[in-house]
Amino acid sequence: MITIFEKSKGGVSAIEILKLDVPDTGRIPKELERDFLELPEVSEIEVIRHYIQLSRRNFGVDLGFYPLGSCTMKYSPKINEEIANFEGFSGLHPYVPLSFSQGSLKLMYGLSSFLKEISGMDAVSLQPAAGAHGELTGIMIMKVYFEKKQEKRTKIMIPDSAHGTNPATVTMCGFTCMQVKSSSKGSLDIDDLKAKIDSDTVGLMLTNPNTLGIFDENILEIIKIVHDNGSLVYCDGANLNANMGIVRVGDLGFDMIHFNLHKTFSTPHGCGGPGSGPLGVKEYLAEFLPNPTIIEEKNGGRESYKLDYSKNSIGKVKAFYGNFTVLVKAYAYIMGLGAEGIKNAAENAVLNANYMMSKLKKHYNLPYDRICQHEFVIDDSRMENNVTTNDIAKRLLDYGFHAPTVYFPLIVKGAMMIEPTETESKETLDRFCDVMIKIKEESKTDQDKVKNAPWKMPVKRVDAVKAARELDVVFNK
Amino acid sequence: MTNYIPNSDKDKKLMMDAIGIKNTDELFTDIPKEKILTNPLNLPRGVSEIELRQNMKDICKKNIIPKLSFLGAGCYNHFIPSTVNSVISRSEFLTAYTPYQPEISQGSLQIMYEFQSMIASLSGMDAANASMYDGASALAEAASVTCLSKGKNTILISKSVHPEYRDVVRTYMKARDVNVIEIEIKDGVTDKDDLKNRVNEDVAAVIVQSPNFFGIIEDQEKISDIAHKNNALMVSCVTESISLGILKSPGSLGADIFIGEGQSFGLTPSFGGPHLGLFAVKKELVRKMPGRIVGKTSDADGKDAYVLTLQAREQHIRREKACSNICTNQGLCAIAASVYLSTVGKKLKDLAYQNMQKAHYAFDTLLQVDGCEKVFENPFFNEFVLKVKNSREIKSKLEEKNIIIGLLLEDFYPELKDCILFCVTELTRKEDIDDLAKELSVAIGDSL
Repeated sequence: MITIFEKSKGGVSAIEILKLDVPDTGRIPKELERDFLELPEVSEIEVIRHYIQLSRRNFGVDLGFYPLGSCTMKYSPKINEEIANFEGFSGLHPYVPLSFSQGSLKLMYGLSSFLKEISGMDAVSLQPAAGAHGELTGIMIMKVYFEKKQEKRTKIMIPDSAHGTNPATVTMCGFTCMQVKSSSKGSLDIDDLKAKIDSDTVGLMLTNPNTLGIFDENILEIIKIVHDNGSLVYCDGANLNANMGIVRVGDLGFDMIHFNLHKTFSTPHGCGGPGSGPLGVKEYLAEFLPNPTIIEEKNGGRESYKLDYSKNSIGKVKAFYGNFTVLVKAYAYIMGLGAEGIKNAAENAVLNANYMMSKLKKHYNLPYDRICQHEFVIDDSRMENNVTTNDIAKRLLDYGFHAPTVYFPLIVKGAMMIEPTETESKETLDRFCDVMIKIKEESKTDQDKVKNAPWKMPVKRVDAVKAARELDVVFNK
Repeated sequence: MTNYIPNSDKDKKLMMDAIGIKNTDELFTDIPKEKILTNPLNLPRGVSEIELRQNMKDICKKNIIPKLSFLGAGCYNHFIPSTVNSVISRSEFLTAYTPYQPEISQGSLQIMYEFQSMIASLSGMDAANASMYDGASALAEAASVTCLSKGKNTILISKSVHPEYRDVVRTYMKARDVNVIEIEIKDGVTDKDDLKNRVNEDVAAVIVQSPNFFGIIEDQEKISDIAHKNNALMVSCVTESISLGILKSPGSLGADIFIGEGQSFGLTPSFGGPHLGLFAVKKELVRKMPGRIVGKTSDADGKDAYVLTLQAREQHIRREKACSNICTNQGLCAIAASVYLSTVGKKLKDLAYQNMQKAHYAFDTLLQVDGCEKVFENPFFNEFVLKVKNSREIKSKLEEKNIIIGLLLEDFYPELKDCILFCVTELTRKEDIDDLAKELSVAIGDSL
């Protein structure tokens, strides 16, 4: 589709700017003024048609099944969007006096309390803007924790099944990564952990359930090994949807966890954001959380809310207090579901995943054949005619489904990581499994149809190699 | 309670039969039994949509939107064209993930490409990414980029950069064991003599903001000269992106990296977020830039197509060698900004001009008020500083009348006692400014 720049023509505009109602003093020193401004000139109808036509070349959960593993593409309730758009929430400036923002602060305090209860942590910061941002905050806290204890430690242990954000975070905090192997059962290899942990170990970052969808059955022993070494355990909470209301990471012994509100708590992903990645920590780490946190004060039965600044805080990781309207949506989600609904969501997410896994393992290789949690990983090793995971992913698009997460985790060759979430019906899961089985058949009888898929998308298979080789990242006339 | 589970009990029974289990407890046998919760979580009971809307309205009512506000300081109240919400509420954008599968995501990919083009052009840079969390965290990431690409360990940052941005930069740099040195302010702008004294061959970058935290336009050309002469990079930051509509671009003044807060481009204040981090660079730094980048390419038929590119910089490929850990960004906010910039188009210049004119009218008008004094002489955009007698008392007095006069600077700069930062945008009407002058005059009179 042609770009908005090619639709631009002189002399039209989509907006009318009010006449200046103050004296025009013309005060802008000429030497400061720019001489050209390259922006499109289009009418309002052209603006709308451009973006609405582009929207039809995109796909979201509201259009169909989106089983992208580790991304928890669940339905985002419409009521929560409506609430986040209340003018009292969206229109408030972050620097208004506290007496103007009691509603926002009450909500943030309330959400922090909910997250503490769900995770079994003692304190929460809502400031991080995304999961990776929460990780960064957590590892920064580990750093100052050991500084305060005047211990010099430099290494963080990360399983080979971890999200890429984990090792990248470690580097951003000036630490080095120590990779720990997975066992043949898909959980952490305890012997490898024992062999590698030493007095230089800051901590372990663990996704639990992990990226294979496996809840580590040795979790208590693992955490004990790490704690006995004086190190800390970080929980990457990307997969919290599997276990909320069933078990709490704090009770298992984890020292901290980040929450992905845009996964577990249903806030929409918006083509990649905005998300929100609050961090929960145990009591002994609370003083290091980013400033400020929200506190409640009770005066004669009336609550009021204040910002609290800790002198031992790592500092700020973002301007202001967090992605506030995302927090509103997550708060409304938890309020709507309540304790029972939260647990119900997790149970159904896990039931859906196991149901799909039981159907698909008859046709696809399942490298770790055991009960899964919210997601599971199959691969392309049983495909004929060299049909690959990438081919299957593209062919799924033709059938009206988004593809699973592909080629991840790295420990499974040709991985397809499937996460259905609790908001999908049995009929949808059946349809998807039927299509997967059909694609397998097609790859035997009509392999070109699969290898050259997709056929029904606005574009055929996209050349990613050319994009990197002949780099074109801005429009030039 | 609200319920988003589409399966009936009968469906669930059929599914459990297929798996070969009797009840869902059997799905959780890997969890240590003694740790499984036996009591429900201590959360409120779930409510219906009707109750939820009402309860949330009650909480929202505890917020007060002021009748009149002159707050800016990194978050601005601007006109948002109706086109913006109409596009970003489309489910195809709202409920999509990062465009990992390009064939089914051409819509968002093309918008990101157009967004990158607009930001690069506005900032005078060669390339931009598809967004960062916000201006402050983007600035911290920029500082990292300069250290990594220069192989140096010291950053100079002007004290006229937004205090919260400096705080975030310090937090990130502390983790990387990088020294952050602040450059003093003179007459409301970066003190060039102090900069010259502190800059040396060990410095990776000089960071300035223009218009700076006081609304004043910095001499970026001179600062970038000083940086470049010392083999340091120049990072230029903007919190009020509307200013780009009329002021010379940072790129044309020598900046190597441009960082912006794009909230002014179609996003509500939202109590501080979600906003939009802008990140743009000169050619030499494209492959060092963090975040998603969309490139134009072609499909198997040779038709134009878009795809995430240069992914070898990113965490999911490079892991510990990645240039940042960023994964989720502010996709939908970038879409909002694209629609905003397409709607406003070249009139961004008129809009910026109005902001400037109205701010100058306000400046002139408030200076007529007894007890208000000029603080700085340098040219400003849409924010300015005045010294107001008994400022704290005056400010809270007017808050009782539902007017917020601006930001008390001494909370961030103890040396600027009684100084207030005022912000005026195209949405501020002449009568609002005249009202402010009147109210200030009365309040100051009463306080004497």
